[in-house]
Amino acid sequence: MPGISAETVPSPAPRGKYPLPRLTKPKAPAGTIYRGNVGMWSWVLHRITGVAIFFFLLVHILDTALVRVSPEAYNAVIGTYKNPIMGLGEVALVAAIGLHALNGLRIILVDFWAWGTKHQKLLQWIVVILWIILLIGFVPRHLMNVFSE
Amino acid sequence: MASDVLEKKGPRAHDAVPTFTVTMIVRRFDPEVDEEPRWVDYDLEMHGTDRVLDALHKIKWEIDGSLAFRRSCAHGVCGSDAMRINGRNRLACKTLLKDLDVSQPIYVEALKGLPLEKDLIVDMEPFFDSFRDVQPFLMASSKPKDGKERLQSPEERARFDDTTKCILCAACTSSCPVFWTDGQYFGPAAIVNAHRFIFDSRDEGAQVRMDILNDKEGVWRCRTTFNCTDACPRGIQVTQAIAEVKQAIMRGKP
Repeated sequence: MPGISAETVPSPAPRGKYPLPRLTKPKAPAGTIYRGNVGMWSWVLHRITGVAIFFFLLVHILDTALVRVSPEAYNAVIGTYKNPIMGLGEVALVAAIGLHALNGLRIILVDFWAWGTKHQKLLQWIVVILWIILLIGFVPRHLMNVFSE
Repeated sequence: MASDVLEKKGPRAHDAVPTFTVTMIVRRFDPEVDEEPRWVDYDLEMHGTDRVLDALHKIKWEIDGSLAFRRSCAHGVCGSDAMRINGRNRLACKTLLKDLDVSQPIYVEALKGLPLEKDLIVDMEPFFDSFRDVQPFLMASSKPKDGKERLQSPEERARFDDTTKCILCAACTSSCPVFWTDGQYFGPAAIVNAHRFIFDSRDEGAQVRMDILNDKEGVWRCRTTFNCTDACPRGIQVTQAIAEVKQAIMRGKP
């Protein structure tokens, strides 16, 4: 219809007992984070540890290859690793590799063994428990070495 | 007469159900106005017997008629009203409000990973394209014996019973982290429907479907996060079905 501007169009009035809907600031404009179960989070951790291990291996291969260039340079580089920050980094490295390895075995069982698919939650917790046992065996001994030198 | 009885009884039975106030926060998007989706709050008085779908109806019918969402049967059969409720894919018609924490706001948004069209409506075409690609129909070249039925033993029928339950609501496919980042992935629902025919003793197209799914974007994309199994409103063991198809492909036969 001609002649009707935006002002003359009646806005939908609130009816009944409900107040007008409130507009809120976008708390999460991109939507909420999907609330997946342990399976999704173990996948996320598997991906993160996988990428981290890849970058470690890159550096590791480079510094090991240095021994072919000159043993003195190799010794100098390895010598710089002997400090508490690197010691803590080694704890993170073993934790990441342990989790990635155990979780990888779990994924193989889930893929190839019908029992594993059915009891995947139990397998998740077995992975966590084995991982903690692994760390209990490694971390105290390792930290004693790092901080006693 | 009958309606008299109904009218007298109706309100009383209604009042017997306790009510509570619930805040619904709906992620709304009008493609003609909004550049980005926005969250809108609604305070509603609901009953203990109400579902999330009833709350959405209340918003649409009593507060803001422009709210757009799909629903058809409203009883968990048609699979139209899958959406993300409090961060998980659910059917709005099968989720009771009282089973959620109503002391907290309830967040409702469209399925993730499919193109958003309006409010809670997503474009389902990419989802149905993958479904069509696995050729989800009986392939049989031979005539049935005695010209009537293709007989099957109860054991043969039970082999694929779980995957016959799919209602194509897309809750599984749009809960899959792989599908969010790689829209080319067939997705759990297509694999479930392939499974339904691959393991059907009457079907002759298993090899065709296994070849289709033995692809970079096929079953090997599955990372067994079990999001699909948790999301399925029909309780289909989706990840297990995908694992069975993986194994069938490696064996080379169902």
